[in-house]
Amino acid sequence: MSRILSYEEKDTWIHRLSGVTKLIFFLLWSLTSMLSYDTRVLLVMLVLSLVIFAMSKTKWQQVGTVFKFIMFFLVINLLAIFFFSPNQGEKIYGSATPIVHLFGPYTLTYEQLFYEFNVMIKYLTVIPAVFMFIVTTNPSEFAASLNRVGISYNIGYAVAIALRYIPDVQDDYTAIKHAQEARGIEMSSKAPLMQRIKNMAAIIFPLIFSSMDRIDVVSNAMELRGFGKYKKRTWYSGKKLQRNDYLTIGVSVLFVVVALIVTFYDGNRFYNPF
Amino acid sequence: MKKFGIKEVVAIGIGTALFVALTEVQIPLGFIPNTALQPRAALLAFMAAVFGPIVGGAVGLIGHALGDALFYGSVWWSWVFPEAVFGIAMGVFAAKFAIKDGDFGKKQIVLFNVVQVVANAVAWILVAPLLDIVIYAEPANKVFAQGFWAFLGNIIIAGILGTLIAVGYSKIGAKSSSLAKED
Repeated sequence: MSRILSYEEKDTWIHRLSGVTKLIFFLLWSLTSMLSYDTRVLLVMLVLSLVIFAMSKTKWQQVGTVFKFIMFFLVINLLAIFFFSPNQGEKIYGSATPIVHLFGPYTLTYEQLFYEFNVMIKYLTVIPAVFMFIVTTNPSEFAASLNRVGISYNIGYAVAIALRYIPDVQDDYTAIKHAQEARGIEMSSKAPLMQRIKNMAAIIFPLIFSSMDRIDVVSNAMELRGFGKYKKRTWYSGKKLQRNDYLTIGVSVLFVVVALIVTFYDGNRFYNPF
Repeated sequence: MKKFGIKEVVAIGIGTALFVALTEVQIPLGFIPNTALQPRAALLAFMAAVFGPIVGGAVGLIGHALGDALFYGSVWWSWVFPEAVFGIAMGVFAAKFAIKDGDFGKKQIVLFNVVQVVANAVAWILVAPLLDIVIYAEPANKVFAQGFWAFLGNIIIAGILGTLIAVGYSKIGAKSSSLAKED
């Protein structure tokens, strides 16, 4: 089990930003890409996110495998949209300019192509932001920033525990899987479905039960150290907001406002060139 | 409903870690390409049924968002929120299931599965496709078909694996809680 994005320490201005700033940026960025279907806004966002991505000095090796995986899903999704609804573009943009008739009800139109292009860049704009956020934010600082943006420190701490234990749980899973495979269970698609579910249970049972024990152990340890006694707590890895943080937050808010004004200026969220 | 204490904080943490780690564990269905049963759906059903709606909702929400981000580098919010809806819905009936008290018998198994099927239906046939249409303006028939497959896969895995885990854990839990508190 690997192929997971993880934090890597580097010294760029993005790494030096507080986790709060990056979280606010990430949430605002996702919100804009969710609300807007305006091609111009999305293209600007895509270019900007690539610039930010480049500035964070993230190497291709850190994100390459995950990226290929996403592209694979994206292509399948785009094909599925066309397969299920070849006239979605016509519905949205109100006209149909056929390019080529394929077969049966499937005619490729410029509108459909343009719509699917928008779906594609809508997905793509979020990806560099997620990569940037995960690869440049220290997990413990992330928990501190959740608390800073007003989320209860209980939830912040829960997230910190989650990030701390993901690798442990993955290791446990691999160890249990190898042990069960050594005893001869078949995990591939060769076994019939019911058998496969049963075999999965042989791995998941020990994993969940040992995790339930771990919940008891960790919560007892936290109780002994007086967790949750006070309404507030301090964070070892929390960073104070500095000039660059305020600048970044300000610019992101400004960007969202401008992007939404441009998007909804003509009455709806789509940009219609037809 | 129980109060929100340290145990719940840790349960959200470890539950989320399990959920994220199980994101890439899938049982291929075989007969339909690119579809798979997700054991993490059974885990969420179980965690929510043991620890209640807050833990269920939080594990669903944080687990799905984090799992998407870490493994797929992107967060599909339209599928994150239904996961929380499912966790909350399962969790509401936590006291009725009485898994920790060791009373997870026939009646509770039936209730567990009825709630599980209804909660999955609301989450994947109703909420997920609607969000897909609102946020991504995807074609209705495509997202409802997707939602239906997710629903089908999840009720199968939560029904078989989820029930088995709950029964198994209930048996172990019974031993440790068989001591009565003396007044």
